[in-house]
Amino acid sequence: MEGISEGRRVVITGIGVVSPGGVGRKQYWQLLSAGRTATRTISLFDAAPFRSRVAAECDFDPAAAGLSRRQARQWDRTTQFAVVAAREALEDSGVLGQSEPYRTGVMMGTACGSTMSLDSEYALVSDEGKSWLVDEFHGSPYLYDYFVPSSMAAELAWICEAEGPVGVVSTGCTSGVDVLGHAADLIREGHADVITTGASDAAISPITVACFDAIKATTARNDTPETASRPFDRTRNGFVLGEGCAVFVLEELEHARRRDARVYAEVAGHASRCNAYSMTGLSDDGLEMADAVTAALDMARHDPAEVDYVNAHGSATKQNDRHETNALKRSLGGHAYDIPVSSIKSMIGHSLGAIGALETAACALAIEHSVVPPTANLHESDPECDLDYVPLVAREHRIATALSVASGFGGFQSALVLDAPPRSAA
Amino acid sequence: MSGGGTASPRHVITGIGAVAPTGLTCADYWSAVLRGESGIRTLTRFDPSGYSATVAGEIPEYTASRYVPGRLLPQTDRMTRLALIAAEEALADAGADPSAMPPFACGAVTAASAGGFEFGQKELEALWSKGGKYVSAYQSFAWFYPVNTGQISIRHGLRGPGAAVVAEQAGGLDAIAKARRHIRSGTPLMVTGGVDGSLSPWSWLCLIRSGRMSASPDPEAAFLPFDRRAQGAVVGEGGALLVMEDAERARERGASHRYGEVAGYAATFDPRPGSGRPPGLRRAITMALADAGMAPADVDVVFADAYGVPALDAAEAEALAGVFGPRGVPVTAPKTMTGRLLAGSAPLDVATALLSIRDGVLPPTVHVASPAHEHLLDLVRDAPREQRVSSALVVSRGQGGFNSALVVRAAA
Repeated sequence: MEGISEGRRVVITGIGVVSPGGVGRKQYWQLLSAGRTATRTISLFDAAPFRSRVAAECDFDPAAAGLSRRQARQWDRTTQFAVVAAREALEDSGVLGQSEPYRTGVMMGTACGSTMSLDSEYALVSDEGKSWLVDEFHGSPYLYDYFVPSSMAAELAWICEAEGPVGVVSTGCTSGVDVLGHAADLIREGHADVITTGASDAAISPITVACFDAIKATTARNDTPETASRPFDRTRNGFVLGEGCAVFVLEELEHARRRDARVYAEVAGHASRCNAYSMTGLSDDGLEMADAVTAALDMARHDPAEVDYVNAHGSATKQNDRHETNALKRSLGGHAYDIPVSSIKSMIGHSLGAIGALETAACALAIEHSVVPPTANLHESDPECDLDYVPLVAREHRIATALSVASGFGGFQSALVLDAPPRSAA
Repeated sequence: MSGGGTASPRHVITGIGAVAPTGLTCADYWSAVLRGESGIRTLTRFDPSGYSATVAGEIPEYTASRYVPGRLLPQTDRMTRLALIAAEEALADAGADPSAMPPFACGAVTAASAGGFEFGQKELEALWSKGGKYVSAYQSFAWFYPVNTGQISIRHGLRGPGAAVVAEQAGGLDAIAKARRHIRSGTPLMVTGGVDGSLSPWSWLCLIRSGRMSASPDPEAAFLPFDRRAQGAVVGEGGALLVMEDAERARERGASHRYGEVAGYAATFDPRPGSGRPPGLRRAITMALADAGMAPADVDVVFADAYGVPALDAAEAEALAGVFGPRGVPVTAPKTMTGRLLAGSAPLDVATALLSIRDGVLPPTVHVASPAHEHLLDLVRDAPREQRVSSALVVSRGQGGFNSALVVRAAA
């Protein structure tokens, strides 16, 4: 990406998180570094009729999280997560009031938008599917906001006092990585100095569970929900649905320096590829993911040897774990065996579009604490998955460069490179 | 800003695919535009009589299997089939064969608004009326926002960058600008634009809740932007996909069309109501012109957003008059013949602007008999206006406060 990466550099100056296991960045890191799992039997609706009945749910109380009753009634859970995480990120960065609104933007990622509200509202206006002609005079006054996921970005724009570029990037399960790449490009290209960006999904609802049941992508390990998400383990048999949100304040480096902002990491490289193979399937060779990794490292001007940590997609489907392992070997060569690779989906499940942002937050916090979060529930690796997946226990490890990879439906394969904060020019 | 992108690779648009209520090919659509023929009609896809809005730019029934491989039919929403038709036309028009190019040389960025909602309604119906076991194995992706990008990439072997951009109805221009960014970063070819549509009862109800839909049952009078009788928007289905290529590479391979280039782009967002700060539309236009290195006088025609909601029309008329001077530039809204195609409208306007440049003709705005802003807007009404066109501004807004502006210019 050398065409636009000259000159302006992009750094993370604030992080906010809503995650299974806790609301807030500190609680999130405690969970990850302790190797605790937040997967459990679904409680958000009665999942008894479904094949997969486990999920990683957020214990989210809108009032305790600072939302008014009107906001809790009006906004879908996805938007509620985004607002709460954005407020934390803005407070963390201290950027509010210090950036010119015209030079400030919002870019959010999501895979499922307001699916949870759309699912329940549909049931209401169709009398539970009895009528194709739904009833105009029933249903929420906010249906249009649920219809278009851009409503989430619009809500954040007001909170962030953003009058620059605002929108949503959606690439299914790679949304959370790709939106950061897109936002960083906008700052590099000069469209903004500050962009609040991240991804949110809260789609633990009947239609989502049913559609993954239909293709057996999710695990049916319903009797042991706490250990149901087992990336790279030989006993893994599908992913655990999750929900959550991570939001970042991305800032042009000099803008951050002028106001003495604390810098978590630099967004140094990003690339995405389509596999042009299948909307849901992956070929074993991992060619496209490997090319995304290589391109993202090139953009960041790093050799594979300089990667200190890989945050894996690690969804715990057999095809993903093998595809990804091969892609890392292909792109990182022999170094792939020397680099710690872990999947936090073992602890917080797979929150679809949001997970890429949550994983990027994990990378930034791993850099800050010099600790690699573990892959929980990994007792015996699949013999075809032979990298160092940091089983069970977090590991102290200095990280100058972290790589986060993502893979998703639609064939999207993406990679993001974070560097430890650049040293001051002085 | 990026200026004219002097240090970066330049690009050229070499292929256009268009699908609209008035035609499933670019040529059919364009000739209908020049005839002033409208595709807005009373909905037939479902019985709209119980709803407060009853007309739409509905694409007439056609035999999808003639255009789209049979195995894709059960896994695609109507709007995805239309996107596949447009993508195939655009690539054929460009004479580009992605399979003959290096593995990661071609990518796709499309715009979406709400995904494949008609497909989604069928699956929601199955879920709620019969149970989870009756939900399609394709539901996990057939409705989702980047479905068109994914299906186009698979169909044509595009293995470079891929994404979908959602900024409500302004996202179409944002997607094209993102594609330009990928070309500048070294990807030789991008398929970009947007094809959208959502005409099922469930999406219709959501659209009605926008509060902006015209309640007029008269297809000739329902959508009247910049008219004193304007009473709301009419939505439709369709859009356009473009093939954008690295200019040097297109020249080397002897691409037969050079429709033009995206000379400038900007996006802004409106401030919170009551903030006392000005809305962002005029600033988006000014910044897009600055990005293009052009003065207002360099623009030959404006393709207006033309919402059809009186207050929004007034705001746009004032923004345009503020930049170009009262009646300072011809303004047109060919979407009066298709309705607003959600995320597909702005890409179709970009395609139409490129055809205007090619043929030296400004397409008309139809049905507007009582212009509301005549002192501000030189609206191209009723009949096409023949004149040399070397550049055009396309304006697009999305509900919630999204503003985007994009300038196309004849290829250098």
